[in-house]
Amino acid sequence: MNTNITAADGTPLKRKLAQALFKSRLRAFGLVAPLLAFILASFILPIVLLLWNSVHDPRYSELMPMSTEALKSWDGASEPSEEMYAAMVADLVVARENKTIGQVATRVNRELSGARSLFTSSARKAKKLEAPFKDALIDVKDDWADIEVWKAVKVASRAYTPAYVAAALDRKLLADGTIIQQDEERRIHIKLFLRTLEISFVVTLACLVLGYPIAYLLSTLPLRTSNLLLILVLLPFWTSLLVRTTSWIAMLQAQGVMNDLFVAFGVTTDDQRFSLIYNKTGTLIAMVHILLPFMILPLYSVMKTIPPSYVRAAKSMGATNWTAFWRIYFPQSVPGIGAGALLVFILAIGYYITPALVGGQDGQMISNIIDFHMRRSLNWNLAAALGLVLLIFVLFLFWIYDRIVGIDNMKLG
Amino acid sequence: MKMKSILLGSALGAFVAGAAVAESITVVSWGGAYTKSQVEAYHKPWIASTGNQIVSEDYNGGLAEVKAQVEAGNVTWDVVDVEFSDAVRGCDEGLLEEIDHSILPAGADGTPAVDDFIEGALPDCAVANIVWSTVFAYDTSKTSGVSGIADLFDTAKFPGKRGLRKNPKSLLEMALMADGVPAADVYEVLGTDEGVDRAFAKLDTIKDDVVWWEAGAQPPQLLADGEVVMTTAYNGRIFNAVASEGQPFEVNWDGQILDFDLWVIPKGAKNMEAALDFISFSTDTQRLADQASWISYGPARKSSGPLVGKFHDGTVEMGPHMPTAADNLGNALVNNFEFWADNQDELNERFNAWLAG
Repeated sequence: MNTNITAADGTPLKRKLAQALFKSRLRAFGLVAPLLAFILASFILPIVLLLWNSVHDPRYSELMPMSTEALKSWDGASEPSEEMYAAMVADLVVARENKTIGQVATRVNRELSGARSLFTSSARKAKKLEAPFKDALIDVKDDWADIEVWKAVKVASRAYTPAYVAAALDRKLLADGTIIQQDEERRIHIKLFLRTLEISFVVTLACLVLGYPIAYLLSTLPLRTSNLLLILVLLPFWTSLLVRTTSWIAMLQAQGVMNDLFVAFGVTTDDQRFSLIYNKTGTLIAMVHILLPFMILPLYSVMKTIPPSYVRAAKSMGATNWTAFWRIYFPQSVPGIGAGALLVFILAIGYYITPALVGGQDGQMISNIIDFHMRRSLNWNLAAALGLVLLIFVLFLFWIYDRIVGIDNMKLG
Repeated sequence: MKMKSILLGSALGAFVAGAAVAESITVVSWGGAYTKSQVEAYHKPWIASTGNQIVSEDYNGGLAEVKAQVEAGNVTWDVVDVEFSDAVRGCDEGLLEEIDHSILPAGADGTPAVDDFIEGALPDCAVANIVWSTVFAYDTSKTSGVSGIADLFDTAKFPGKRGLRKNPKSLLEMALMADGVPAADVYEVLGTDEGVDRAFAKLDTIKDDVVWWEAGAQPPQLLADGEVVMTTAYNGRIFNAVASEGQPFEVNWDGQILDFDLWVIPKGAKNMEAALDFISFSTDTQRLADQASWISYGPARKSSGPLVGKFHDGTVEMGPHMPTAADNLGNALVNNFEFWADNQDELNERFNAWLAG
């Protein structure tokens, strides 16, 4: 029974169907193509280009080609050879002439403090040096005899390098290619990643606990009252983030409204005012307030669709209030929880302005360090590496979330 | 009629400017009282004499915007007011134009510009305009009997919160001076591992009592709100809070750290010529002295010193409020940019780790 079914014009039905489907797919693609191109050009491409910086830094190898070549065969442990010194001097002369020595010096200085002045001052004298270059260069600055300088240069000379990603994870790339842990007093990133995670979890949980009853109330009240309440939720949502954060400063600071009230009601004394801001507490309070609408709105829209008759039916069959809620109502509100929790968590993990303003020292998050390297230290490579780690981390959490809650089991409205 | 007068006006402007076409440049600075002092002393006279326009923008320091503009090949800023460390680093990284210092006018007394400027005020890519300093200050209505920098770190003698700038630069130096290191030896001590440990150990003693600030406008606010008892600050900001708002603040000059602010031009700036003209105009003897009547920052030219008069409202003699006044230099330190250029990566990292810990 393997006869081909044909369409009216004699072509096999299967092919005809494929043709028709292909046409409609093409049309669909044509419709989304402008948006796709826009997202590619303005979103995906810049992100990829910036993240590319986290593993690619050709500054040294492009500007100092001869010493890069000479260092390739060096094992990173033996006495530096005369060729390495000769190549270094030749590179220094060129870099000084092209005025690129500053970029080179900045790059090596990231690996070894003090290398900047060593490079710039040696480059000034490099032109006059004569063979043997080893003695001549050591004569200029005896730091050149230090093998640590050469190790730093070897690390810096790698164009494709794991050094920045390693640094983002509090590790350090050595000249021989091994990666070790950073000195204890300079380890910071992992601690901050964990704190970011902790703050995001606490904020999400607090938003859920605070937002669930409000959303329930909104969905059960008569329309007139609930609309009024909804406006109260939306009003701060429409207010500028900066304004809301600074008003929290006025509320929570030592001489602020909250502390004045505490003193007035005898909760504390005037010289024992609570530290509610410029620390983790301040970050948590302000973030929960700012992110609360992102939890309430999806919850509300889901709860609105849950028919009250289900809970009534459960009760009429003898369920207690708690059982009716837990077995009947709650499972139906899970898609709203899923959407709200994910929304709040993802927003919280990249939060930046609020911790910067009210975070003090122990309320800082990883985004504040990324900002520091973008704006202050100009180490964009490390900033990109931190961003890469954060991105992978979030994708991983997203994957776990999908396994536990299920992305399909989510409803935004 | 109207058209005619506009034409006439621009013709006159062009005549004054030496037949140049009127241009518009973007000058970027730190905002607040500081930008106002520059607008009054530099911008207005320059606009009047050249017929050019100035768009004044504010920023919060750092080279991120300059770097982004240069790397994107779309430089919209023409002149930027930066800190010394950024002027040096920007020059190193090829983000700034080199400035030929021979274009700068001689001092009013005829001294060539290179000798008239304070030593170190003319690095390759920049021209200094002011000397400012990081000092510590307190509210005299609440605190009295402060003797020196050691008191900033002494929470037993002066209980209460301290405001500190969230940056190891200047802070580590102050910690060492408070710990008894003479100003002259600070960078030598800080160059050793033990010295860095010592500075952080000193910071540890007040870590729990610190409110960190980042923008220059914050410290006077923190003092006014009673949020801190003492705070480090830029001396001009405290002066303006006292002179303009009548706040009862006082600057303690012990352990002050002097620094330059400088004009730079981002690489590839579109109005190079006008930008250079603005820089040489604004850093002449008279202009620098004029600026000191709007904010208490010292002029970067020696020849401007004697011309510094009273605050613009005519009440306060500016001399004693300058960081460079002889009485204020008793125990003062000049920021060593070489040291910071070499060590900032490591010390920033350690400082950030210390903060987060």
